Amino acid sequence: MKKEHVFEVVRSLVAILLAMLLGFIVTYLVSKQPGEAFQSFLTGPFTSPRRFGNLIEAAIPLTFTGLAVSMAFQAAQFNIGAEGQFFFGATAATIVGITVPAPGWLHPILALAVGGVAGAFVGWIPGVLKARWGASELVSSLMLNYVFFRVGMYLINYHYRDTTAGAMVSLPLKETSWLTQFLPPTRIHYGIFVAILAVIFTYLFLYRSRWGYALRMTGLNLPFANYSGINTTSVITYSQVISGVVAGIGGAVEMLGIYHRFQWLALPGYGFDGIIVAILARNNPLGIPLAALFLAYLRTGADIMARTTDVSAEMITVIQAVMILLVTAQAFLAGWKHRIVVKEAKQSV
Amino acid sequence: MDVLLEMKGIEKIYPNGVVANQGVDFSVAPGEIHALVGENGAGKTTLMKILFGLEQPEGGTITYKGKPLHIASPHVAIANGIGMVHQHFMLVPSLSIAENVVLGLEPKRGLSFDWKTAVSQTEELAARYNLPVNPTARVQDIPVGMRQKVEILKALMRGAELLVLDEPTAVLTPQETTELFAALKKLKSQGHTIIFISHKLREVKEISDRVTVMRAGRLIGVTDTATATERDISRMMVGRDVVLHVDKPPTTPGDAVLRVEGVRYVADTGKEVVKGVSFEVRAGEVLGIAGVEGNGQRELVEILTGLRKPSAGRVIAAGKNVTGKDCRAVRQAGVGHIPEDRMTHGVAGLGTIEENLIADRYDSKALNPRFLLSLKSVSELGKKLVKEFDIRTQSPKTPVKMLSGGNIQKVVVAREFSANPKLIVANQPTRGVDVGATEFIHKKLLENCAEGAGVLLISADLNEVMSLSHRLAVMYGGEIVAVFPNADEVTEEELGLYMLGVKRMKLAAGSEAS
Ligand SMILES: Nc1ncnc2c1ncn2[C@@H]1O[C@H](COP(=O)(O)OP(=O)(O)OP(=O)(O)O)[C@@H](O)[C@H]1O
Ligand SMILES: [Mg+2]
Repeated sequence: MKKEHVFEVVRSLVAILLAMLLGFIVTYLVSKQPGEAFQSFLTGPFTSPRRFGNLIEAAIPLTFTGLAVSMAFQAAQFNIGAEGQFFFGATAATIVGITVPAPGWLHPILALAVGGVAGAFVGWIPGVLKARWGASELVSSLMLNYVFFRVGMYLINYHYRDTTAGAMVSLPLKETSWLTQFLPPTRIHYGIFVAILAVIFTYLFLYRSRWGYALRMTGLNLPFANYSGINTTSVITYSQVISGVVAGIGGAVEMLGIYHRFQWLALPGYGFDGIIVAILARNNPLGIPLAALFLAYLRTGADIMARTTDVSAEMITVIQAVMILLVTAQAFLAGWKHRIVVKEAKQSV
Repeated sequence: MDVLLEMKGIEKIYPNGVVANQGVDFSVAPGEIHALVGENGAGKTTLMKILFGLEQPEGGTITYKGKPLHIASPHVAIANGIGMVHQHFMLVPSLSIAENVVLGLEPKRGLSFDWKTAVSQTEELAARYNLPVNPTARVQDIPVGMRQKVEILKALMRGAELLVLDEPTAVLTPQETTELFAALKKLKSQGHTIIFISHKLREVKEISDRVTVMRAGRLIGVTDTATATERDISRMMVGRDVVLHVDKPPTTPGDAVLRVEGVRYVADTGKEVVKGVSFEVRAGEVLGIAGVEGNGQRELVEILTGLRKPSAGRVIAAGKNVTGKDCRAVRQAGVGHIPEDRMTHGVAGLGTIEENLIADRYDSKALNPRFLLSLKSVSELGKKLVKEFDIRTQSPKTPVKMLSGGNIQKVVVAREFSANPKLIVANQPTRGVDVGATEFIHKKLLENCAEGAGVLLISADLNEVMSLSHRLAVMYGGEIVAVFPNADEVTEEELGLYMLGVKRMKLAAGSEAS
């Protein structure tokens, strides 16, 4: 591993440790049973297969949105729209799951494909707005989240709602469309393999294909990419579109794997979490699953803690915030790094 | 001998691990002009930044006027009479010259800025040091040579006795350089001490009393300028003999590879910056365009290479009409481009050398034999070009940002020349590049030309345009004001007069430079 990478890893680990420490202090202040609370937070996810399953299940959608966001980041584009893409992908997959009659092997593939296309469409809009008119993708993708949230809710409520159910939920998806949960008692489902494929695809795309190359160069230096003959307008568009495909498939996987009925009443937040995952993984596709697992671990732990002790799950947001601050702060541990660099440089001359 | 400044055992290691100075001893006598020279990345600017308090060294001591001095910041340097004029100017363009000169030391009447005193102080200072300026002119409206003077006045205003000039002549015309040198001599006669950094050894010979040579972060030696020849100095710098003057082979130019017809460009401000320029470049020849920066050359080059769309006129490159086409189309027609600002257009600094080398051919069949990019082919190409173009690096996978200026330039040159272009547009191809790398780039340029490429060379360095070009044109105020069919028959002084707009030729419209 290169020295530069070692520093980054150490920096991330120290940031995580410090954040945990702070989390502990906060717990200590607010709780009557801080020791227990923190223990259940740290070890909770490993105390039963079911809970461990929760961790893995939670990491799957985070992997998709993390990949989607990191792909856009690499093109120096913000993708805050992963949330809407994920949501709309799930909506589209729901509709395919409910309405299309198809054999068991084809049905999920069809639903995933349609989910991807839906996500792509949501991603395409800010991409085009940016490429054609220079509209900030930050603003437009953020606003589209709410637009597509409404569109999705409309479709489900007015066309596919289960009027016999007591709650606001869609009709059940046909069983043929489900991604099998193959490790009972957990709900871990075949979507995990789709996630692994997505990681491999994103990696190959970014680092081994000419389109990924063009995307990365555009992200590193746009005037340079232009000068080299890269069509940066189309790069910006396709980076958002492909990013949308990944997020959309993520939404579809979540629906087919876990829910089997559309029951969200608000944006589920995976897209925003994807930003955290991408930052933690430094936009490296191979690091995304690890970062997703870690965030899922924090979330699952916090959940268990909230259920078993008097500390609420919101405590986790403190840890998250501190962690991100420290990971992204360039100056954090820079002095320490410099001292080591100086020492090594002196030895080598 | 008296010593004004003594830096001893200076060590500087940048956060990325680059050892920029190691055990450098540097001393300057009072009242001398001391040249500091060395290849790109030798550590000259770093050493001077340490002296001016902009960088902190990891080791070493500084003694100034006999006392140890810890220079924690530029404030300390200024308080002790050390001034620095940076490679890139640091003036406020929207303010007047007087306001820039007194910036931070503003004379006050009551609570308000005393404009009259500021102007008279500037005038007084300018007269005393023979650096004439118009104190009320805005910095954004004055030419670079004048800005240089303002920078120097600014330092003098702050009481600088020791003045550091980092590559002050890189952007000046010969006339401006002569003026600058006269002013420096005057400063010297009044007891000031000057440290002068330059890659142009002729200037070093002309102006300095002593020369310190650095190479790869170390001190190589100090000599009296009078006893050393340019060749001696360059040998100390590079460690081998450098051919300082290229012999361009005679040429029989072929067909036109570039035809420019009545190209105009009106800037957003409504100002016409290119005013109907026409010329031709033929295969196998170098057409040089001389001119002071900011006379429309940049816009012209950007129009020719697809970075900018002309307001009127036509551009035919290698027989294809590429008027208003994008860079991709221009490149496909067979045009290579060495851009003026290598960090903006020439490279992606965070990308590796390899990645930068394939930027113009990343989607070629050769690099994409099947569906994916062939990492093997990319790395082979990288290795080959690094070797052929002598890019000094540990590995082709090093980020370009970590290379020195000259080597970054070689990355650009390697990419553009290895694509077998029919036309090369080279804009300031050796700006800020050391003698060794300059020699190399010139050699490669002429090689390509001999193999039948046409070259359009734009440079503010007269030496460069004059020695490389077969034909020469001068650009002033957005127009071509002179054309010399035989570049060898022009003197530097004469060119300078055209460049400054003092003289202009009568050129038949439409047939300019063709
Ligand atoms: N801020 C920085 N961070 C990291 N490395 C740097 C930095 N500034 C300079 N360097 C490296 O330090 C070395 C010395 O650079 P320096 O700018 O002092 O060279 P120089 O002699 O002034 O060269 P030039 O003639 O190109 O101006 C180079 O290898 C350069 O890449
Ligand atoms: Mg320098």
